[in-house]
Amino acid sequence: MIKADRIFGLVMMLVALGYLFSATHIQTSFLSDPVGPRVFPYMIGGAVILCSLVLVIRPDANADWPGLGTILQLAIALAVLIGYASAVRPLGFIIPTAVAAGVLSYQINPKPVSALLTGIGLSVGLFVLFKMILGLGLVGFPRHWF
Amino acid sequence: MDILSNLAMGFGVALSPWTLMLAVIGCFIGTIVGALPGLGPSNGVALLIPISFSMGLDAISALVLLTSVYYGAMYGGRISSILLNIPGDEPAMMTTLDGYPMARQGRAGDALVVSGVASFVGAFLATIGLMLLAPMLSRVAYQFGPAEYFALYLLAFCTLGGVGSNNQAKSALAALIGLGIAMIGLDKTTGMPRFTFGELHLMDGIDFLVAIVGLFAVSEVFFFIESHGKNSAIGVVLDKVRIPWNDLKRSTGAMLRGTGVGFVAGILPGAGASLGSFLAYILEKGVARNPQDFGKGEVRGVAAPEAGNNAAAGGALIPMLTLGVPGSGTTAVLLALLLTLNITPGPLLFTERPEVVWGLIASLLIANVVLLIMNVPMVKIFVKVLTVPSHILLPGVTMVAFVGIYSLTGSSYDMQLMVAFGVLGYLCRKLDIPTVPIILGILLGNAMEDNLRRAMVLSDGDWTYLFSSGVSIGLWVAAIIGFMAPLFLRRFLKRPSLPEANED
Repeated sequence: MIKADRIFGLVMMLVALGYLFSATHIQTSFLSDPVGPRVFPYMIGGAVILCSLVLVIRPDANADWPGLGTILQLAIALAVLIGYASAVRPLGFIIPTAVAAGVLSYQINPKPVSALLTGIGLSVGLFVLFKMILGLGLVGFPRHWF
Repeated sequence: MDILSNLAMGFGVALSPWTLMLAVIGCFIGTIVGALPGLGPSNGVALLIPISFSMGLDAISALVLLTSVYYGAMYGGRISSILLNIPGDEPAMMTTLDGYPMARQGRAGDALVVSGVASFVGAFLATIGLMLLAPMLSRVAYQFGPAEYFALYLLAFCTLGGVGSNNQAKSALAALIGLGIAMIGLDKTTGMPRFTFGELHLMDGIDFLVAIVGLFAVSEVFFFIESHGKNSAIGVVLDKVRIPWNDLKRSTGAMLRGTGVGFVAGILPGAGASLGSFLAYILEKGVARNPQDFGKGEVRGVAAPEAGNNAAAGGALIPMLTLGVPGSGTTAVLLALLLTLNITPGPLLFTERPEVVWGLIASLLIANVVLLIMNVPMVKIFVKVLTVPSHILLPGVTMVAFVGIYSLTGSSYDMQLMVAFGVLGYLCRKLDIPTVPIILGILLGNAMEDNLRRAMVLSDGDWTYLFSSGVSIGLWVAAIIGFMAPLFLRRFLKRPSLPEANED
């Protein structure tokens, strides 16, 4: 079986090549110091390639990677988090938080009622805590509702 | 004496009712955070930085609050180690070895009291050590030039990589990822953008708080989904807690030895509390007349590592405050806190902002006393908290992470970035790549490059300048040894395995 370390090493090598290529395009100004803004990134990129080579040549044993079902679960969680990051500004705090917290709770412990209660409880509880008690600038609901 | 008058000033700053209240709140939250499996001192402090910053706390209040959380989490880690055989955080791992067997023999209360007192001894003596050593080290640090600082940063990465991980290539790679991320944004010297790809959000660079909260807190949620929250702790019972004077007397020596070892381990850059508790346990087993009892509920096997990890937490503050080089994941997070508050650690901090340093030291002493009171007579409260199921806890933690970053930056872009760092943290843990060097790289990257370039300006581009002073040669040698030595020592320093979990 292919070792995960090998794949990671190869990916990092590609990233490092891209990084080095991008570094060659950094503009220097006439005021620059003897080293300039490119040398340190070159050193980083070079060292990454070296370390990745070590990983490709001598990979560790594989960890237990999750099965397809779990990966799907993780993908759903990721989608929820990204969606939440975009939704919390336009939609206010309470509704997106209840949805996101509820879905995550369901994924950890698949009981619909407890997940629903967790979502609503966390959303209202955290809003009260952060907005009313700690005075952070959260917006509860979409602005045009009121 | 100089120290006493400084300390008096520190108490003058830290003893106001407001800061005392913050210390109590911080200790309480910290102990809870430490006790909950999956949350440790780094996550706890990381989650609270953006929130305390958005609340507009001044520098001293924020420092008092968050260092109390830090120390509290170090105390709290032992609770789940002893009761559940699950270390609440990594440094508390060694406490499971004898703590859990003690709990199974019905002596959970004794183990909790002894380890609480051991935590106090370790942390209190280490804070006094910090008070004595830090000003001396800061005077030495005055003589450091850019070449020495560059070597020092290298030393931190090397020892962190050498000691703290199983594979040097992986920890080096982690440090490099961090350094590479630190390069994103405008170059300070020339004002030219680097690696921004025309994206306006990236002009200021990536906020290290976004990275820290993502790597340390958001990544946890993915883990719990994968494991379906198996590590929850429902049904823990604890009988009446009494103070076992005999056990305390028997383990005094162990506490003091553990404190000494842990303190030294904490000062070494990159080593930190996990190494402190590990070495303290090994030493105690080595000097004991009954090494065969260790691992079966020997009270000294609880006292030594617990004193060791708390002493290391205090010792780790020394390089962080005097040199700006953190010795562990949590001190890296505390460094992030100082930088957020516009306080630059280093030798100048001791002369220019003495009220910050001594206020911090005084508040650490206060926090310790508060924690002793909370963790010995009131330990039952925290045992109750352990029963919060993970399907409420983890979504809660994730939402707190979002609230923190959102109220700090107000930007969806930064929140998405935080999620991306969460994914990175998950992948890293799956690949056994340590995440602390990534944080350290992001935090120190710009300073490291800056010192390199200033050194080259001083020497007019002569690279041998980096090895031109005795101090810098010493640091380079130490860095190489710190990186390579564990390759040979690893065979001798194998971790003992965890005790068998509850089979019923």
